Parts: sequence; structure tokens; C-alpha cells
Amino acid sequence: MYAYDEIDRTLVNERVSEFRDQVKRRLSGELTEDEFKILRLQNGVYLQLHAYMFRVAIPYGTLATNQLRALAHVARKYDRGYGHFTTRQNIQFNWIKLAELPDALEDLAKVGIHAMQTSGNNMRNVTSDQWAGVAPGEIEDPRIWSELIRQHTTLHPEFSFLPRKFKIAITASDHDRAAIKIHDIGLRLIKNEKGETGFEVLVGGGLGRTPFIAKTIKHFVHGRDILSYIEAILRVYNQYGRRDNIYKARIKILVHELGIEKFSREVEEEWQHIRNSSLQIDDEVIEDIRSRFTYPSYEKLPLMPDELRQAAADPDFEAWRKNSVAPHKVQGYSIVTISLKPIGAPPGDATAEQMDALADLADKYSFGEIRVGHEQNLALPHVAKRDLPALWKALDKLGLATPNVNLITDIIACPGLDYCSLANARSIPIAQELTRRFANHELANLIGRLHINISGCINACGHHHVGHIGILGVEKNGEEVYQITIGGRADENATLGTLIGPGVKFDEVADVIEDVVEAYLALRERPEELFMDTVKRLGVEPFKERVYATR
Amino acid sequence: MTSPLEQKKIKIAGPSIVTANRTWDGIVVYRTATKSWSADLSEAAIVRNSDEAKALLAESVADDVGAIGPYIAPVQVGADGKIEPGNLREQIRRTGVTIGQSAQA
Repeated sequence: MYAYDEIDRTLVNERVSEFRDQVKRRLSGELTEDEFKILRLQNGVYLQLHAYMFRVAIPYGTLATNQLRALAHVARKYDRGYGHFTTRQNIQFNWIKLAELPDALEDLAKVGIHAMQTSGNNMRNVTSDQWAGVAPGEIEDPRIWSELIRQHTTLHPEFSFLPRKFKIAITASDHDRAAIKIHDIGLRLIKNEKGETGFEVLVGGGLGRTPFIAKTIKHFVHGRDILSYIEAILRVYNQYGRRDNIYKARIKILVHELGIEKFSREVEEEWQHIRNSSLQIDDEVIEDIRSRFTYPSYEKLPLMPDELRQAAADPDFEAWRKNSVAPHKVQGYSIVTISLKPIGAPPGDATAEQMDALADLADKYSFGEIRVGHEQNLALPHVAKRDLPALWKALDKLGLATPNVNLITDIIACPGLDYCSLANARSIPIAQELTRRFANHELANLIGRLHINISGCINACGHHHVGHIGILGVEKNGEEVYQITIGGRADENATLGTLIGPGVKFDEVADVIEDVVEAYLALRERPEELFMDTVKRLGVEPFKERVYATR
Repeated sequence: MTSPLEQKKIKIAGPSIVTANRTWDGIVVYRTATKSWSADLSEAAIVRNSDEAKALLAESVADDVGAIGPYIAPVQVGADGKIEPGNLREQIRRTGVTIGQSAQA
């Protein structure tokens, strides 16, 4: 966990007071909506279909139990008893009243949570690997650097009015769980030949209307120079990024139009001006941030405790363990992913009761820490293996032990037309139907790792472009129509999916996905060949043929 | 279901209303013939041509404290005068999410 200092606490509290005054002036008519809109957006407040939506940041996906309880409290007191975890380590409340928002923010501020820069054309929540600090083989905890960037960019005057929103993600593992290649800036923490910490810097990734996979702009930037290098990128973007056309305003368009070589030269030139300035990071600064992250006092535990050996006889426990439990860097401990994808339920939702109960379980079994991943699941990062059977039973009672992590029913979906004012089509009901179709665990297991991503419009909040199977809802002649892509992925080998053919109607989507999956099962060379590998080997044609031959 | 945010021109293909969200709590409201807002669609003022629509929208926009984001939305008016939403988006705004869980509360 990271302990905020007095500066952070003061900043968050002052922000609440400031927003309270702004809301008061808005409700009295002193501020018009045009004047107020940018202020509310800078505090994570959108207007959606049914109500205001309130987006709260969970920096680098790390939550303490008192923070999760505060989120449950907001869900219960100010909303309708649940929250929705997003694809960028935020949580959204869908039914918040503007008049009560300052009180909700004040309650969150007491535990160091805020909504600054969760919207608007500024630097958004810096995201990272939800397994940061506990993943085996990780170079070092990427949250230290995430926190450095968070501090530097929060309310940074030069970057508060960018051409468009700006997102950074950081990973420190070979396997990228932070989806850095679909971010404006992706940072991969590495060591150089001297053993010094630095970053491979990628730029210009993003989805939406015009998707791009990020390109490497520099293979190694020393850790001490990372702020100045990021700042150089932002300055070039701020200067040349388009402000005349919202659809061409993201940095990915600038990088594409200039070309990575020219963009890189511009950044390099800017960087030389600011590299040896106060932006150069002293080791003490990093060490101060590092010292504010506290890590558990792990026990020396056996690799295979008796409790785990005995529980292995229970097939339900084993089904959950195989999909939800991952190796930890410390012997005798595990990382437990908690699926927020129960069969038939909206992906990423958690009730206030679940959040409270999960906080209790995290206190009991995970040193009081919870993580939030971009896949819309949660994780307990420090669970002793001996506690896994007891934890599983407790999670099962809460409806949080669905054994489907990384399987076909572990679907990522945006809120879609059920909530979102930008959406053209519904996402959640599609996800619900698909989870019912593939509810049989043996079938899901037989299919193996397969990620479905659903977006209700071209803005792609459900990351459909990088789903192994992507589903994009559009509107055609007043009807919801869904385009299917296959072959996308969001990891270190990130790729955009390929459209398999004409769109299909709402009622046909689940049938089409069943056809795609049946084609895969028939086409794969062996059970270990994952869906992605089959698509890579054969291309989209056999799938296209299967889906459209009879339609 | 094209988002009203993408509406470029006011085109009326049939009976329409002006809808928005109430400022203090964000709930869905409809502009009435008495120049106020109601959460009840049956109380919405119906417009049937572009000039009427523009006038109702202008009046709604002017009431910035009462409601935000007003736009014109299609409706269907039955023989008995009953007003129903004219597309799925407005149906969802009127009756709530279609996902049948706690969100309906």
C-alpha cells in the first residue's frame, strides 16, 4: 500500500471544498452548464442516460480495505447499492445526484480517494499491472514509477488542457497485464546492460474510431529521465495535436500523421532542452516514494500446505483454483483473482455488500489489500496458500467464486446503451446472454483461454478491437447491429482484430459467437492450441465461412 | 439510436418531444407545455414540425438551471393520445436499464 503524505491529503481536501462551491454556484444558477461542464468533468462527473455518472480513480489499481469500504459506503448512501469497475482501474457510480456529490467526495477524501482527472482532456489515472509488487519475475514494483508520474501530472497546469485525454500505463513484467500497447504512452520497465532501471517507451496506442497499436519511440530511457521524456512527448503533443477535430485529437493520430521517426525527432529535440533540469529525478525522490509503499511481513510457509492438499479432492475448489489462483513471488503465497463475471450478471459490477465483505476477507487473508485489473476483475495479492480453501468458501457465499477467469465467460464489456449517452447499442445484455450460453464450466474449460470484449459504440471502452473475439455494437436504420472481429489481443503481442463479415442483429450475436467457437474447436490441431493460435495459423476465412455460410 | 450528441440538424420525421436531465439529481425529464419539466412522459409537449421543435428546444435550453443537455427525441402518439418513446434509447431512458438486476432498484 502507498501512504499519502500531508501534501496529498491537503490537495484532496481542498479539491472537495472547491468542488462543493462550484456545485453550489451551479445549482443556484450562478454558473451555467457550459461554464460548469469542464469543472465537473475534471472531477469525474459525466451526464449519462439516466443520471450523472461519477468516476472515481483507483491509482495503479491498488486499494486498501478502508478505501473499498468507503466505495461501498458511497454505493449504498449516494447511489443504488452497487458500483461498476471499468477497464482503466476506476469505479463508476451510475445514479449519483449532483447535489450530493460534494458529500460523496468528502467521504472518499477521508480515505485518500478522489476523482481528479478521471475525465476531461488531461492526464487520466495512471494504470499498472494489478499484480504489481507480487508477480514472480517482475523487474521491480511499477507502482513506484506510476506514483511518481501521478504526482507530477496531477493538476499539472501545462497538461490540464491537452488536445484530448491522455492515458499512461506501466508494466514491469514480460507478460503485459496492463495493456500498455493500447495507451497514449506505454511504459515497459526494463534494466539496461549496466543493471540500471529504465523504460522502453511506447507512444501512440489507442482504440476508438481509429485504433493503433503503440510504437516504440525509445528503447531505453533511464529512470531518472522518465519525467522529462514524458514531458517532452506531452509538449510535442500539446503543440501539434489537433484541437479542431475531436476525432483526430488523440496523440495516436499525430504519431500516425507525422510518422514515428519525425515524431521521435521532435520529442528528442524538446527533451534535450529539459532533460537536465529540475525534471531529472534524484534517487532520494524515488526512494522516498518507495518507502511509502508498505509490503506485508510474509511468513515462511511451505510450498504445498496440508490444507491445500486436502482441498484438492474437491473438484469445485480445484476448478476455481486452476483459473483464479496464480503464483506469487513469495513461496507459500498466491495471487487470487476474484471474478466479477458471475453467469448472467453485468461484467464488472459489485454490490456494496460484496465490497464490504471483500474488504473483510482482504483484512483476514490478504494483508488488507485489494487490486483492480483492467479486465474488470479484482484480486487479493497476498493470500497464503493454506488459506485458499477457506477463502474460496467465503467468496462462494458472496457470489464471487465463479471459476471463469480468462475463460470465455470472463467478458469485458462497456456499460453500453443501458447507461451511456454515447452508446449506439447495448453491451451488457449481449455479455449476459453469452455467459448463459457458455455457463457449463466443462465446456468453457474445454475452449480454454478466450477473451470476449464488447463495446456499445465506436469509442471502444470495451476494448473490442483487442478482444480475441471483439463485438462492436452500432446502429443501422434504427436497429442495433453488431460487428464481429477475431484475432485481437491486448498483451505484449497486442494486435487488432479482423472483421469477419457483415454485422448481425442483437438476437443473432450469441448464435454467431457459438458458431465461431464451434469452428475453433473443430479447427484446432490439439486441445492446447488456444483460440488465438488457431486464428493466427488459419486466418479469419474458415471462421467467416462457418458463420456466414448459412446466413 | 444515434446519440443526440451527434445530431447535427433538427429534423422532425414525426411527433417529437424535448427531453433532458434534471440539474440537481440528473433524472430524465421532459419539457411540458407549461414551460416546466416533468419526469412523466405523458406530460411532455408534443411538437410536429421543425419550427415548433426549434422553439421548444430554445425555450428548454434557456432553462439552464432546471435541466441540462436538452435535445429533441422522437415519440409515438397512439390513437388514445398515449405517448411512447420513439426509439430504444428513449425507451431505456424512460423505463430503465434492460439488464434486470439491482440497477433497476
